[in-house]
Amino acid sequence: MKAAVITFPGSNRDGDVTRALRQAGATVVSAWHADHDLPAGTDLAVLPGGFSYGDYLRCGAIASRAPIMDAVRAHAARGGLVLGICNGFQILCESGLLPGVLMRNADLHFICRRQHLKVARADTAFTNRYHVGQVIDVCIAHGEGNYVCDEETLHELESEGRVAFRYCDAAGNVSRAANPNGSLNDIAGVFSEDLNVLGMMPHPENLIDDLVGGTDGRGLFESLAAA
Amino acid sequence: MKARVTVTLKQGVLDPQGKAIEGGLKSLGIEGIGAVRQGKVFDIEVESADKAKAESVLRDACERLLANTVIENYRIELAE
Repeated sequence: MKAAVITFPGSNRDGDVTRALRQAGATVVSAWHADHDLPAGTDLAVLPGGFSYGDYLRCGAIASRAPIMDAVRAHAARGGLVLGICNGFQILCESGLLPGVLMRNADLHFICRRQHLKVARADTAFTNRYHVGQVIDVCIAHGEGNYVCDEETLHELESEGRVAFRYCDAAGNVSRAANPNGSLNDIAGVFSEDLNVLGMMPHPENLIDDLVGGTDGRGLFESLAAA
Repeated sequence: MKARVTVTLKQGVLDPQGKAIEGGLKSLGIEGIGAVRQGKVFDIEVESADKAKAESVLRDACERLLANTVIENYRIELAE
């Protein structure tokens, strides 16, 4: 597994996701937003969290038009894996690789805390080290994580099993009360039609070491490293 | 040529910022405010002096960057 972690001006979680991927056994190389190609042999393109272009205009909007994104689109079209975390998810939505948009959190607060997620499916390259219904304890840190799409798209996502994770409480109850940002159907992450692109607001890369409070995020990177 | 592009949220899209501003106006005691929706205004200098050309450039700019047409509408005004 060779992963290319793309840095945009304002990305700040590229180092953490690199560490998480390496710990899981992946080979990781860096890519720059102004590059026109992904490094040769890239299996997985990673769009890390952060505040690309200071969130100017709309979160992820300017980054989604960066030269490297044409290469990411071509990579995805060939069936290559793409992971977007937090700002990376926003960039994927803005680039058209995933449907919908991440709007301002319903309560207008920037939310930075631990958050439980329910794994919706375990038969993908991203989630095969988890099991369906598993509750994982990770982190969220975002001001614009309120997933919105039109009714038709929502119906498609649900009927095609393209919701990856939902916000829930520690007992695994998915409810409005456990939803931190107002996301439609408590959606925390979505897959593309062919399940090779995943965008998610939470940060699994924060929870890969007991030293910092847990390792529930490891499953995602171990799934990918074995893909 | 000078142009103004206005980007607004589509009807039905929730606007928590607009709601907060609406609450702020009400708490100031400003009477007669109904609903508030927040949008963006871009003042743009277009190189072309030809109106049709300028409009087509701006339309391209809106579709490709200035607006996210999943949730936003845009309006282009060219200075006379």
